[in-house]
Amino acid sequence: MEQQAYALVQAYTAIGIGLIIGLGAIGACIGIGIMGSKFLESAARQPELVPMLQGRMFLLAGLIDAAFLIGVALAMFFGIANPLLSILKTIGAH
Amino acid sequence: MSSEAESGGLTEYIQHHLTHNTVQFGSTPFWSINVDSMLVGILVGGLTLLWFWSKARKATSGVPSKGQAFIELVLTFVDGQVKDVFHGDRRFIAPLALTIFLWVFMMNAMDLLPLDLIGGALNITGHDPHHTFFRSVPTADLNTTFGMSLTVFFLVLFYSVKSKGFGGFTLELFTAPFHASGTFGKLVLAVPNFFLNLVEYLSKPVSLAMRLFGNMYAGELVFMLIAGLPWYLAWLGGAPWAIFHILIIGLQAFIFMVLTVVYISMAHEHH
Repeated sequence: MEQQAYALVQAYTAIGIGLIIGLGAIGACIGIGIMGSKFLESAARQPELVPMLQGRMFLLAGLIDAAFLIGVALAMFFGIANPLLSILKTIGAH
Repeated sequence: MSSEAESGGLTEYIQHHLTHNTVQFGSTPFWSINVDSMLVGILVGGLTLLWFWSKARKATSGVPSKGQAFIELVLTFVDGQVKDVFHGDRRFIAPLALTIFLWVFMMNAMDLLPLDLIGGALNITGHDPHHTFFRSVPTADLNTTFGMSLTVFFLVLFYSVKSKGFGGFTLELFTAPFHASGTFGKLVLAVPNFFLNLVEYLSKPVSLAMRLFGNMYAGELVFMLIAGLPWYLAWLGGAPWAIFHILIIGLQAFIFMVLTVVYISMAHEHH
């Protein structure tokens, strides 16, 4: 009975981790794609602005990746040291 | 690929390497210090200060040496970024930006050290490596990143109050994005204004801290997962990830610095 409860929690956590990382990756990649395409377009229009635009582009890339990487960190945390599971174990131990 | 014992071993390895070396001096988790983050952070910051101080002492206005030229490069870079954004007296903000950039960069760079280096060193000096924990990246610790971003938050508040006055600052909290013309309209819009301002002000330190933490923590974790691969695959995975991570280290330090300067300059502008 307990084993089944643990297995359920782990299964749903795994699905949750997949969703967090997958959906976050979709958002981040589409964002970088749009930003990159605009950068290439404006670099082709005005090549003399490329150094300044490149600096801004890297800044934006870091900002776009931020939410995704926060999601990855949280998902990994749930994958390695699942608090939802450890609560069950401490309750079950009593 | 992995037998029962091996996957258990990898999980245990990762969990061992994700535990902080903590010192408790109270009953709740609040009263604990992550000794490893503090030690590495202070050490790394001190080394950077020492390096810059020794170069500044021997600075010459003639032809610079290579070390001095490198430091001048870094300084011009940071000063250029601050000058782009902040239109006011830069004498405090530019050194602040330089400190943030260098310290975060050096702390992030600790991620390039091998995971088992500290454990191996402790093993030589006689400690048991299975029960000593040491995480060498201070910025992969929420405490460090939140400490820095809360300091930036207090600086933002300080600059807001300095440029608008305390009364003006509180007034702007209640009247900021939505303006109304009658007293009744002002009272009605005060509540949504306040909530919007609250979210705006609180999201800044949280996003600064979580962005840096998330990047560094995920980087460390992927290094640990790559370490779990067999030796002929670990090189294949480890090399591209390490190269990518070198970019991320510098980028995250740069982003933290630029956002600090941008937030302070936004707080400094007054109408």
